[in-house]
Amino acid sequence: MEKGTWTVKTGFADMFKGGVIMDVTTAEQAKIAEEAGAVAVMALERVPADIRKAGGVARMASISKIKEIMQAVSIPVMAKVRIGHIAEARILEALGVDFIDESEVLTPADDRFHINKHEFKVPFVCGARDLGEALRRIAEGAAMIRTKGEAGTGNVVEAVKHMRKVMDDIRKVTTMLDDELVAYAKEIGAPVELVREVKRLGRLPVVNFAAGGVATPADAALMMMLGADGVFVGSGIFKSKDPAKMARSIVMAVTYWNDPEMLLKVSEDIGEPMPGLEVEELEVRMQERGW
Amino acid sequence: MVKLIVGVLGLQGDFREHLWALQKLRVEAIVVKTVEDLKRVKGLIIPGGESTTIGRLARLTGIADELKKRAMEGMPVYGTCAGMILLAKRIANYPDQYSFGLMDITVERNAYGRQVESFEVDLDIKAIGDKFKAIFIRAPKIVECGEKVEILAKYDGSPVLVQQENLLAGSFHPELGTDLRVHEYFLRMVGVKYAGVY
Repeated sequence: MEKGTWTVKTGFADMFKGGVIMDVTTAEQAKIAEEAGAVAVMALERVPADIRKAGGVARMASISKIKEIMQAVSIPVMAKVRIGHIAEARILEALGVDFIDESEVLTPADDRFHINKHEFKVPFVCGARDLGEALRRIAEGAAMIRTKGEAGTGNVVEAVKHMRKVMDDIRKVTTMLDDELVAYAKEIGAPVELVREVKRLGRLPVVNFAAGGVATPADAALMMMLGADGVFVGSGIFKSKDPAKMARSIVMAVTYWNDPEMLLKVSEDIGEPMPGLEVEELEVRMQERGW
Repeated sequence: MVKLIVGVLGLQGDFREHLWALQKLRVEAIVVKTVEDLKRVKGLIIPGGESTTIGRLARLTGIADELKKRAMEGMPVYGTCAGMILLAKRIANYPDQYSFGLMDITVERNAYGRQVESFEVDLDIKAIGDKFKAIFIRAPKIVECGEKVEILAKYDGSPVLVQQENLLAGSFHPELGTDLRVHEYFLRMVGVKYAGVY
């Protein structure tokens, strides 16, 4: 009997596919998310939109907050640690959270190194903007990737840019000659073995979700159309007028992303989405954290 | 003559892995997302994923009622992990949670622990063979079986693969590995011809 194997980690991420993972800050919100059909919740002190507003150093959520959320729901609970913060990660693993997000939404703790995630039994998800960044994170042991987008903006443009870039890079690799792979791996700063695997599979070797700026059912469906395996929604749900309704509609949109009639049905009468922000006007671009 | 198409319920979860397993056995298989899709298939696999999410979507779309009707008429159905929870009549630790309620078993959700406790282990499976690499992920435990339920495999004293006539359910995920013997067993239940892995 073996625990914490690569198969067990990546297999768990496979179970999230076609689903929505929602940011929650209270037990009550976690229950709303579960009831709406979320496949997991991300336990946070503040959603990205509020982290943006509050400023200062954003850290791992308080233990009592995460515990409260873990006790409230039966679906998996994820939590975020700062990039490179091995101690925060050890604490969350000991607490028993189901997945750790080594996230650029929090203030990075290490300006050079990400966590060596192979050393943990708990699986990790990390953000990426292109194939090189995704494969560096997988090389460090991430069992799941999400595009970064620009969290807390309610503006999907960066998530689209990153998903298109990752998918475009993958397509490029699949048509490349074997002779070209080493040079390409060097160019994008990724281990050549993983580049070879991407060519063999025609996709990333782990699940790839979309994140950062998804605010409507249509946004969520768009990300699925671009090739996402599922969607993270942060501020988009609990910053909207009717979170329960928005959450249910986004879940339906992710399941029926290729069915326009169904998308029309779930996009009607969803209430006001969260207000959005122009990415050009931002003082802090979270996506630039991590490398 | 109607072809024997096998379906994989594709509302949420790792349905593509099941689809790939069926394709490797060269069986005609489709993803089932609507009642119309369900009407085309002769056997159905319910994948792993979140049982609350899949159950909710199945009810919303009307798939739940059609699935129950077909299963009671004898359509073979195989549930893995979340799929098993949905087939069970009773969920011990979440008695109010929705399920299709088709198999006379009581399950306990996440009874093998949270994700850090997830594991893989070799099993001996009746009618299938030994050394089957079984992958348990936040797995449900079968804590009680009715008289009509046959136990095909056990781990640590508890049943982990069970059959009740046309229904098959397991705590683990054969679709995440490369061994297709459990899928082959299910295809024999459906009566579908399959080829070896190519």
